[in-house]
Amino acid sequence: MKNIFSIPILVCLVISIPFSIFAQEKQSDSLIETSKVIAEPATSLIVSDYKYDNGNSLKLNWVPSIDDQLPAGKVTGYELFRSVNGGGFERIAEFPPQKNSFQDDKVEIGSSYVYYIDALSKDTATSSAKTELINPEREWFNAGKIPLLIMALIIAGSIFYFIETARRGKTLFVRKIAGLEAIDDAIGRATEMGRPILFIPGIQDMDDVQTLAGLTILGRVSKVIADYDTRIFMPVSRSLVMTAGRETIKAAYQSAGRPDAYSDDMVNYITDEQFGYVAAVDGIMVREKPATVFLLGAFFAESLILAETGNSIGAIQIAGTARPAQLPFFIAACDFTLIGEELFAASAYLSGEPKQMGSLKGQDVGKAIALIVILIGVIAATFSTAWDIAFMTSIYDFFTTIFSVSK
Amino acid sequence: MDHFSLWLAAFLTLGIISFLYKDNPWYKLTEAIFIGISAGYWVVTLYWDNFYGKFWVNKGEEPTLWIGAFFGFLMLLRLIPKVGWLSRWPLAFIVGATSGLWLMNYFASNIMVQVQATIMPLFSTGYGTGFDADFATIVANFVIFFGTLTGLVYFFFSKEHKGAFGVGAKIGIFFLMITFGASFGYTVMSRMSLLIGRIDFLFGDWLGMIQ
Repeated sequence: MKNIFSIPILVCLVISIPFSIFAQEKQSDSLIETSKVIAEPATSLIVSDYKYDNGNSLKLNWVPSIDDQLPAGKVTGYELFRSVNGGGFERIAEFPPQKNSFQDDKVEIGSSYVYYIDALSKDTATSSAKTELINPEREWFNAGKIPLLIMALIIAGSIFYFIETARRGKTLFVRKIAGLEAIDDAIGRATEMGRPILFIPGIQDMDDVQTLAGLTILGRVSKVIADYDTRIFMPVSRSLVMTAGRETIKAAYQSAGRPDAYSDDMVNYITDEQFGYVAAVDGIMVREKPATVFLLGAFFAESLILAETGNSIGAIQIAGTARPAQLPFFIAACDFTLIGEELFAASAYLSGEPKQMGSLKGQDVGKAIALIVILIGVIAATFSTAWDIAFMTSIYDFFTTIFSVSK
Repeated sequence: MDHFSLWLAAFLTLGIISFLYKDNPWYKLTEAIFIGISAGYWVVTLYWDNFYGKFWVNKGEEPTLWIGAFFGFLMLLRLIPKVGWLSRWPLAFIVGATSGLWLMNYFASNIMVQVQATIMPLFSTGYGTGFDADFATIVANFVIFFGTLTGLVYFFFSKEHKGAFGVGAKIGIFFLMITFGASFGYTVMSRMSLLIGRIDFLFGDWLGMIQ
């Protein structure tokens, strides 16, 4: 009889064992759950286009998690995620607690972006709602370039001032530039020797400012050549440079009163291929044996080959480029070299016209400003860093802000 | 590379190198082949890449392309002497646009950015880090500071290089020449690798003397 009661009790106990284990596990789970640190998410995440920029910035603002309280809030930081053009979300930035804004500078016009932010706690991360889809836009006025505008206005103002000063008859002093002083002598030498002059305007097209500077000097050189009745030959590697070169020489011959002496054959297109052009120019040098070679423009690997061939035929060579990597070769193999800025100053220097001389003097004002700012700025940065002097710090901050340029 | 191509490449390579001896018919032949093929290649490339690839394919979608096409057409008018003067318009546009665009680029990179980059503490590795620079960093900081300053003095055209100003300019050109010397050595070494490439072709691929 006793067994009759004990058997069902035993069965019930056996059946209840899994349930009790499950219940215990569940209880322990809920205990763990309650012991985990879970922070509330950040809210009101809003993305907006950054105004007055080049279309490369978006601005994000959010309200930090209510659990983000210093000094002992649950939030340990934030992580920002971004999706580009509907793709997967990628983490793009991490922030400390209390942060509530961010400027994303790595966006492009034409792409669309969605963001969300995770509030991180010790154990978990809780996500905010996703933002609306947004496309960055470019405004007509880029406020990040205001410092550039101010500096440009200062230099432009100086240029106008010096032009006006020169127009009133005041002589503007410009120091001698040896390479440019030698131009007349070099042309005279070719005339005396009865040999042609070779003018090489570099291997870049008309969209390179060095080519423009080279052609400006060509105008002056051609005028002297027309006066002296010497021959000029100009092989080019770009069709537009050929057209511009012909126009320049033609205008110079006309202004010298020798339009009849001009011929389109003075300027010839060779090839766009860099070393094909070099092979041809080298051939011309050794066959025509020019007395004077001008290498003025943008040059690359061909600079030394051309300058060395010119040197080997005994030509007097005047070179100029703004490419630092090629200047050493010209300095080594040519008689005179216009270094960077000197190439751009050439047109003003050679013409001596008030307008151009004014622009040269205006550029010098820019250099003087740069010189003074560097001198004061470095002293301020050194003193500020070493002794934490507030006055010096404010000077340093002022200069670095004024001379910062956004994209 | 098949035998014919290999021998042809070797023949043309030696033809160009023969210029080192003196101008000769072999060089002239190689030069003419090089120029002719490259000029033809560029005509075809420019046609397919620019005219066809950029304009013809997209002419319906991008109305602004017609402006470029119009300017290109004006350039061709040089072939007709009576209206050849019209080709100066696209040239004027290119020169004007280039000058305007480069003015601001040069201004930003050569003045603003360079000035900002040069403003740095002389005895530190960075701003606000205290006296933490070692001797080499201090020397490097001084070189950048004085090099930039005296370089600017050299390129100042409004004052004669005399007296203290002249000394500054001389130091500036001294810095420039050291820079050019270092650049010269660096570039010559990279050119040597081109020569080694050609020698490797001649003695390796062609003659089989380098395995």
